[in-house]
Amino acid sequence: MEQSILTAIIGIGIIGLVFGIVLSIASKIFAVKTDPKITQVREALPGANCGACGFAGCDQYAESIAKNESVITLCPVGGQQVIEDLSKIMCVEVSETTKMVARVICRGTADKTKKEYKYAGIQTCAAVNSLYSGDSSCTFGCLGLGDCVDVCEYNAINIENGVAYIVEQNCVACKKCVDACPKNIIEMVPNTARVTVYCSNIERGKAVMDACKVGCIACKKCEKACQYDAIKVINNLAVIDYDKCTNCGDCIAVCPTQCINRYLLNNQLEITK
Amino acid sequence: MKTILFVIFGTILVENFVLTKFLGICPFLGVSKKMDSALGMSGAVVFVMTIASAVTWAINEYLLIPLNLSYLQTIAFILVIASLVQFVELILKKFIKPLYNSLGIYLPLITTNCAVLGVAILNVQNSASFGLSLLYGFSAGLSFMFALILFSGVRERLETSNVALSFKGLPIALISAAFIALSFMGFQGMFAF
Repeated sequence: MEQSILTAIIGIGIIGLVFGIVLSIASKIFAVKTDPKITQVREALPGANCGACGFAGCDQYAESIAKNESVITLCPVGGQQVIEDLSKIMCVEVSETTKMVARVICRGTADKTKKEYKYAGIQTCAAVNSLYSGDSSCTFGCLGLGDCVDVCEYNAINIENGVAYIVEQNCVACKKCVDACPKNIIEMVPNTARVTVYCSNIERGKAVMDACKVGCIACKKCEKACQYDAIKVINNLAVIDYDKCTNCGDCIAVCPTQCINRYLLNNQLEITK
Repeated sequence: MKTILFVIFGTILVENFVLTKFLGICPFLGVSKKMDSALGMSGAVVFVMTIASAVTWAINEYLLIPLNLSYLQTIAFILVIASLVQFVELILKKFIKPLYNSLGIYLPLITTNCAVLGVAILNVQNSASFGLSLLYGFSAGLSFMFALILFSGVRERLETSNVALSFKGLPIALISAAFIALSFMGFQGMFAF
């Protein structure tokens, strides 16, 4: 009995030893040099594997950075901190990049719009949108069932009174909500842009007024009020050029429907009138 | 000559390792998305299976049977297969880096590919000679390759076809795998070896 245990241990041990030696020799012969920079870069990246940089994951992006094939500013999740870390590792200087945030271009809350019909189906925006473009009186506005909330991994979106709004402190600009929204009303804007036209309705004034109390009626008052030539009415909708906008708020003062608003840092809209 | 042909075609068509014996399903579903990586993966499997059946035959004949250690065959064979897979991995990483990248996690998973262990154990069960074991291992690898290439062709077509949303991806792949397996039932009893 003892004999058989001993032979088992020795027999299997010898097989293991032989293969171990062969493998260790082989690993020396077929050794591949990997760039130590790849590991360093990979550790500096946040590791969310969200794919917002355009690569499959953080590993692939790290490899591409280490080979000097791509710029180091592609990661929206890490923000300024990661860019600084990466610039130290790769020994390159970068200028300050503007952090982008998502913004929901609608504030037609339940009290500002009407329901065209009572929807009792699957509770997703995509489903209700397939039924006469949604149950809201405005066919361009937020449906409020939270497809964007479901895809957001950073708790950066809330639904309040039937309209989604972004908690900008949590937003990492991964753009998942932009793709998820069936109405295409979530836009990426620079963090510095505080004044926004909160309407996506491209219909004429009368139709907009019938659908929503805070829609853009394309009256062009804001266009005349702006000293910086930063706001233009294009296709029945006021559009702000964020490069020119100084956040002065003159357009907010003249807007008759209050659809232009300042987005305060505490995620509240500043209601002026 | 007749035996050799019988073993090769019998293993590929009648007793196909994936489609009739249902061994090695994990890489069959995992690496069959693209024809290129399917070819690379099955190439690696053919290599590992052939060498593994030769080495396991030698170990079984000259070590396990004389020492009365046949009850340890599973652990000894897994040891052999694991080391061989490591070896293949080293070589691929050195010489064919793109293939190494596209195989990803599935390359180390050949270690636990039951088709490889299956061929080693079937050889022992059939008490095959060295030459027959080698041939059986090689043709088992070929049968895996055959199934994988067939299936990756089907899956490349599936990618472009209009599939209902709830069936997209793995569900439709599993259904088509079932149909391929069903069609291989037609070869059953064609010839025996």
